[in-house]
Amino acid sequence: MRFMSIVTSSHPPGPPTPQLLEAVHKLADREIKAGRMLDSGGLMPVSTGAQVRIADGKVSVIDGPFVESKEMIGGYAIFELRDKEEAVALAVEFMQLHKEHMPGWEGTCEVRAYAMPHWDGVCEVDARARA
Amino acid sequence: MTAAEINRTILAVWRIEQPRLVTGLSRLLRDVPLAEDLSQEALVAALEHWPASGLPEKPGAWLMAVAKRRALDHLRRRRMLAEKHDVIARDMAQEQQAMPDPDSALDDDIGDELLRLIFTACHPLLSREARAALALRMICGLTTEEIARAFLVPEATVAQRIVRAKRTLSVSGLAYETPRRDQLSERLGSVLEVVYLIFNEGYTAARGEEWLRPQLCNEALRMGRVLTQIAPQEGEAHGLLALMELNASRTASRTDAAGDPILLMDQNRARWDQLQIRRGMLALSRARELGGGGFYVLQAAIVACHAQARKAEETDWRRIAGLYADLAGLVASPVIELNRAVAVAMAEGPGEGLAIVDRLTHEPALKSYHLLPCVRGDLLQRLGRHEEARAAFEAAAELAGNQREQLLMRRRAAEAGAAMPS
Repeated sequence: MRFMSIVTSSHPPGPPTPQLLEAVHKLADREIKAGRMLDSGGLMPVSTGAQVRIADGKVSVIDGPFVESKEMIGGYAIFELRDKEEAVALAVEFMQLHKEHMPGWEGTCEVRAYAMPHWDGVCEVDARARA
Repeated sequence: MTAAEINRTILAVWRIEQPRLVTGLSRLLRDVPLAEDLSQEALVAALEHWPASGLPEKPGAWLMAVAKRRALDHLRRRRMLAEKHDVIARDMAQEQQAMPDPDSALDDDIGDELLRLIFTACHPLLSREARAALALRMICGLTTEEIARAFLVPEATVAQRIVRAKRTLSVSGLAYETPRRDQLSERLGSVLEVVYLIFNEGYTAARGEEWLRPQLCNEALRMGRVLTQIAPQEGEAHGLLALMELNASRTASRTDAAGDPILLMDQNRARWDQLQIRRGMLALSRARELGGGGFYVLQAAIVACHAQARKAEETDWRRIAGLYADLAGLVASPVIELNRAVAVAMAEGPGEGLAIVDRLTHEPALKSYHLLPCVRGDLLQRLGRHEEARAAFEAAAELAGNQREQLLMRRRAAEAGAAMPS
């Protein structure tokens, strides 16, 4: 099963400590070598990007300035794993590193399974669509 | 959390830590199968303690500490036995020195030990089935029961295979063998064969009712990725990974909602997994850089032709036919030749394909292979030789192994019959 882990934080992120960077890098390296991590990346603040919205039936591009929302996505990682338990175990290990190497930081690592055709709930939707 | 959920959580944590446990312990004990046993004992200890105590903050260090204690007990017992039998005992202090402390063992690069682990599990001395079972157990952390369910054999059979394989390794003195770097390419064949066997076992499973069978594909893919990391100079390792990634990219489109197979040319290509295709293409180009033109690299290159064609009509059949010719030059196999015939027919026309197929009709290895008359019938049909096509499809129906294929062949025979001028 494929999972995406998304890290969000409500604090203005601030640069990660060198210790945290090193620890996270080591974990990522291990996961790549184990063939579990397929991709990962960090995201710049929304001020470097844009938002495209639909409201009142109109598409509009918002290019800033942005009111910083409470929860900011800081990064993501994509894993190929056996089950949700493995995804959670890895997220716990990842967050444990934050606790240890960047005291005071608070945030969330959300674990989400990819939607796959023929799998569980998605399979049923597919069957209905064909019927 | 229910007890079952807690157990699943503990198993997940253990599976993530297991390769490091086994590699760290085998370095100390100089015995890979024994190290694997002790890693299982650490799991049992976790299953006993963690439901009450909760998960430790550093589960990896906890498991390593437990396993290390067991390993020391084992070394002590071994020393006492040796003394009792008046055999020269190894110096305990020296053994203590070789002991990895839990933290440093976690930090060390385990590449070489992992290589040893994989090469031990896939030793050519063991049967293919035993290698597959041992690899799934020692590298992927599958339980004996899971392996049995995945391979559709009784659990006792798998347990016996594993016990026998471990014994074979021990008595042959192969329990802690370091493959020399110059032997790597030669020994790698035995490893790749097992990984591909595991992949195909999952890939050819008709339906995913038993989720563990498709799961075998993922375990094989993981092992393939591990191999390209620890043996990055081996073109065939990258080739096999490319082949598996590219084939697996079509998983979602290979069956319809009712579970019936959809043929490659009829699949909805929008459903092919582009992330996986990219990874496959990357592995293939790495294999090519390393000069790869081996068995797996060529097969991956063929699958890549399909993966890159956005529509079925855009498939580069000429290139595929050429790659099959290269493959036939490498391994003489009538099945490869039959595949080449199909590609040639697509590239140059049914007559050219038929000429190859007709040369294969007396091949003893294909005597009861229903796809031979099936391909032949298809080409004859396209040439307008309906009478002969009908006879070929009927012959294919006689040979077809399962009912679904038999019905398909009979239907095609009837179609050919209907197309005959009356």
